[in-house]
Amino acid sequence: MAKNAEVESSYSGRIRATKIFRTIICVLLCIISIFPFYLMIINSTLDSITIKAGVHLLPGSFAQLGENFTNLMKKAEGVGTSLWGAMLHSAIISVPATILTVYCSTLTAYGLTVYNFKLKNAAHTFIMAIMMIPAQVSIIGFMQFMMKINLYDSYWPLIIPAAASPATYYFMKQYMATGLSLEIIEAARIDGSGEFSTFNKIALPLMKPAMATQAIFAFITSWNNLYTPSMMLTDTAKKTLPMFIMALRSEQFRQDYGVIYLGLFLTVLPIFIVYFTLSKYIIAGVALGGVKE
Amino acid sequence: MKKKTVEYGKYGYFFILPFFLVFFVFQLYPLIYTFYLSFVEYYQIKLGKFQGPNFNGLKNYIMVLATTEGKGSDLKVVSWFDTMTVKSIGNTLKIWVLNFIPQILLALLLASWFTDTVVKLKGQGAFKIMMFMPNIITASSIAVLFYSLFNANGPITMMLQNAHIISEKYDFMEKPGGTIGLIAFMQFWMWYGNSMIVLIAGILGISPSLYEAAMVDGANSKQQFFKITLPLLKPIIQYNLVTSAIGGLQMYDIPSLFNVDQSFNGKPNFASETITMWIKSLGFTSKDYGKAAASSIVLFIVTLVISIVFFAVTKDRQPKQKHAVIR
Repeated sequence: MAKNAEVESSYSGRIRATKIFRTIICVLLCIISIFPFYLMIINSTLDSITIKAGVHLLPGSFAQLGENFTNLMKKAEGVGTSLWGAMLHSAIISVPATILTVYCSTLTAYGLTVYNFKLKNAAHTFIMAIMMIPAQVSIIGFMQFMMKINLYDSYWPLIIPAAASPATYYFMKQYMATGLSLEIIEAARIDGSGEFSTFNKIALPLMKPAMATQAIFAFITSWNNLYTPSMMLTDTAKKTLPMFIMALRSEQFRQDYGVIYLGLFLTVLPIFIVYFTLSKYIIAGVALGGVKE
Repeated sequence: MKKKTVEYGKYGYFFILPFFLVFFVFQLYPLIYTFYLSFVEYYQIKLGKFQGPNFNGLKNYIMVLATTEGKGSDLKVVSWFDTMTVKSIGNTLKIWVLNFIPQILLALLLASWFTDTVVKLKGQGAFKIMMFMPNIITASSIAVLFYSLFNANGPITMMLQNAHIISEKYDFMEKPGGTIGLIAFMQFWMWYGNSMIVLIAGILGISPSLYEAAMVDGANSKQQFFKITLPLLKPIIQYNLVTSAIGGLQMYDIPSLFNVDQSFNGKPNFASETITMWIKSLGFTSKDYGKAAASSIVLFIVTLVISIVFFAVTKDRQPKQKHAVIR
């Protein structure tokens, strides 16, 4: 009996030790995740000379934060687009792009789930095949094409292509396989509902949870995009947020460390807010989207 | 009531039309157009004045893959595969490998910890939220932030120097290894949380009865991990490998804003220039559309070959493992 208890306690002791060890590693990894952002926030309240001296863990003064802010706004004038303007431009692109991505992908998934037609399987296979083609390889042709049809240096080339998003389509298709019963659609038909109004009034509400998840990802992808806008936009007054961040790396901001950190802080703030309010859905969405057979 | 004798099937075409229309016009046509441009001479001579487009066969490809002498019909190859296009593909692959291996290993380790039924970790939700967080933050901001922290005057460089972890004169931005290492670290740091969550979902999808049977047979947790979890996760890991490789080859945001000169080319001495940065430099800055298009097609082929090779590796091994598990 006594021996048994000893074995048991050494076993549970080992488990406890493992648990403590793993928790410490996880906490360390979390600190590594946060630390750069923590320094960013702290440094945005400090002046350049203090920042240059090394790592500071405590914030400076509100007065310095205010001064950095004033300097940031002043220096941003040389960029061509103000910080708020850049955020507005990014929103002008990301909101319609998100709506297009989610609506058109759901439309396509619905078309390939509910209807039977000749090219149905071919269409699905085709989308799965193009999923792997990265947009970056066709950027030169895209740029030339947009110049030819006079859409270069406008926001249209950043919005319209969002309508064809194979990954979102695939997610919607998977979700419909279980989340959409064909009987409801059949019933709506018997009640005399037209095909498109059945989709808009009956199928879309049923797809809401999946659409919300995909909307978050579509929005963030579009909001964070740097490559396409920096190839497509030449007018400095049209800069998007990532392009504004690009300007923080240029000569005019070089020695003003506090100002750069504050600029960075303000650029990541919207995403921080979105992430910490929706993190549960975002992580669930990653888990769902990543498991592909 | 009017009786409906409508053939519903044809409606399917209307539903999929917007997607396919946009795809053909805005993605497939530009790809074909890029292909066409890669075979023509088309570049800016001076502001607003262009040479071409004139068909010039494979010359763009020769020029992006080999150092050449002379022009037009006198084009002579001096040496093969020492151009910026080839070098930048090499840089990109190097950064990708350096980030992917530690990323997938750490993700696997954490996924096995988070799904361990014996040693139950507390606060998993918070851990996941924190570890995944860098993935969603604007990569451009992260690149500039790390540059600010790690440049010669950066606080972290100071701290590492004061702690004698790096020598007092060490500058991450002057050393190719330091710059590439930091870019790979940023990629790793941004993506391991994502891979971990995907792998956790994969592990949770494995039937618990397999583990129960293994436990009855006396398998310890290590054996369970290597004999059940890992083989059954292989498709997910390999999917992760392929998508990560494709995405990694297009890597742009981080290197393009990290250690770059005033024309946004990768320092030091092009060591951190990735292929997408180089394509932009050719097409957007130098306005040599023919060469930029040829480089793009080279990238397309490399991407295609790598994904096919990785997929082929997946297919060969799968049946054997399934067999082993059933037995």
